[in-house]
Amino acid sequence: MLFPSRLFPTPIEVGINLVNLAVNGKLIPDLGKTLYRATVAFLVAMTLGTAIGIALGRSRTADRLFSTWIVVGLNVPAIVVAIVLYIWLGLTEFALILAVVLNKLPLVIATIREGVRSFDPAYDELGRAFRMPFARRLRLVFLPQLMPFVLAAARTGLSLIWKIVLVFEVLGSDGGVGFRISVFFQFFDIKGILAYTTAFILVVFVFEYLALRPLERRILRWRQGRTA
Amino acid sequence: MSAGPRLQIEVDGKQFDPGAVPLFDGFRLTVEPSSVVALVGPSGVGKSTLLRMVGGIDQTFTGTVLVDDVPAASAPPAGFVFQDARLLPWLTASDNIRAVRPETTEAEAAALLMRVGLAGFEHYYPHELSGGMQRRVALARAFSVNPRLLLLDEPFVSLDRTLVAEMEQVLLTLIDTSQPTALLVTHLPEDAAALADRAVVLAGRPVRVVADYRFETSPGHRSRVEREHIANQIAAATSGVAA
Repeated sequence: MLFPSRLFPTPIEVGINLVNLAVNGKLIPDLGKTLYRATVAFLVAMTLGTAIGIALGRSRTADRLFSTWIVVGLNVPAIVVAIVLYIWLGLTEFALILAVVLNKLPLVIATIREGVRSFDPAYDELGRAFRMPFARRLRLVFLPQLMPFVLAAARTGLSLIWKIVLVFEVLGSDGGVGFRISVFFQFFDIKGILAYTTAFILVVFVFEYLALRPLERRILRWRQGRTA
Repeated sequence: MSAGPRLQIEVDGKQFDPGAVPLFDGFRLTVEPSSVVALVGPSGVGKSTLLRMVGGIDQTFTGTVLVDDVPAASAPPAGFVFQDARLLPWLTASDNIRAVRPETTEAEAAALLMRVGLAGFEHYYPHELSGGMQRRVALARAFSVNPRLLLLDEPFVSLDRTLVAEMEQVLLTLIDTSQPTALLVTHLPEDAAALADRAVVLAGRPVRVVADYRFETSPGHRSRVEREHIANQIAAATSGVAA
């Protein structure tokens, strides 16, 4: 044997371990915990980020006030935010989720702000010419223009969240995929690590193909077959 | 019943940059009910700005623009047709019409599309329609909002000659059946000769009326010779200023 099999398990061994961990181990509750944290952080960051992004895209003053902070937020290492929050707020669920939100927020804001800036003033004129009330303009003119950017923010944001949630769970939490992987790490249990990773990837695939893609197709239906 | 409104335009002043020569200074124009008036002149003279004042889009000027004695901004929205079709690409032809006036039912939208020769295209997205068809949807949309007052801003720009003739035919039919007041902004005397009862030639800064022609024959019944004659007349007025 060229490689010691304990460190390089075969896919079949990993698969068996995966089933075993799901049935007898803590895989399901761990995945549940991680998904819960990721979902809450995702929803909060998207909502807040979209609102702030629209504000910064529309108001020059607001943008001048906050754009430096966006740059800081985009570039400050994720781990710093998490450690500081853990120190201030303790190793709590709230601190973890808040750290994830703070890491993702600047990215959403920056993307949405670009989206708002790219709005076509010609459509504003259209709205004025036909005296379209604000609510209708929001629904029929602004949101459709913003949607591709919201989706882009959701996609990049989601991949970022998957990554940092796990890191923060390693750093300090009482369960979840990241926490379990750090436990496996203590024992050099590569089979467990790969099994958890596989399960995690499967969840990401389900999310991608059953939620994100159909949503994207529905929202961007008008662009299908568009050549220009 | 559906006769168009009278327009009384009195723009005392308008300038983009303080200190620059004003674009408008004591400009006066009255448009009779149900007449089709072409505003002809070189680009940058203020034709489109004038149209936007009548449409109530541009309110940053001194003076009054009255639509049937009501200030333009508080008058019912005019049927505005932009240079580009300016349809919302995420809405179907029918929904584009209904977006600007939700009271329009689907059946009414379909009927309007039929009037511009687009029966059966209700559920097409703009990118599935040709450029000429998109313009006709835009025309139907303008007409749905206000069949009494049409404001057309270079509506034939960047269309080829066959499509222009087609659009003109559609417009003439609409105008003939509904008798709206219409303002047509164009830099081509040919457009005016094909559609207008009256051509107002604009030039200079501040802008002024350099020629005002009223034509005897109705646009729908003009022969080619007559149209060429009118076009030449307008062209002469335009170039007379430039010289």
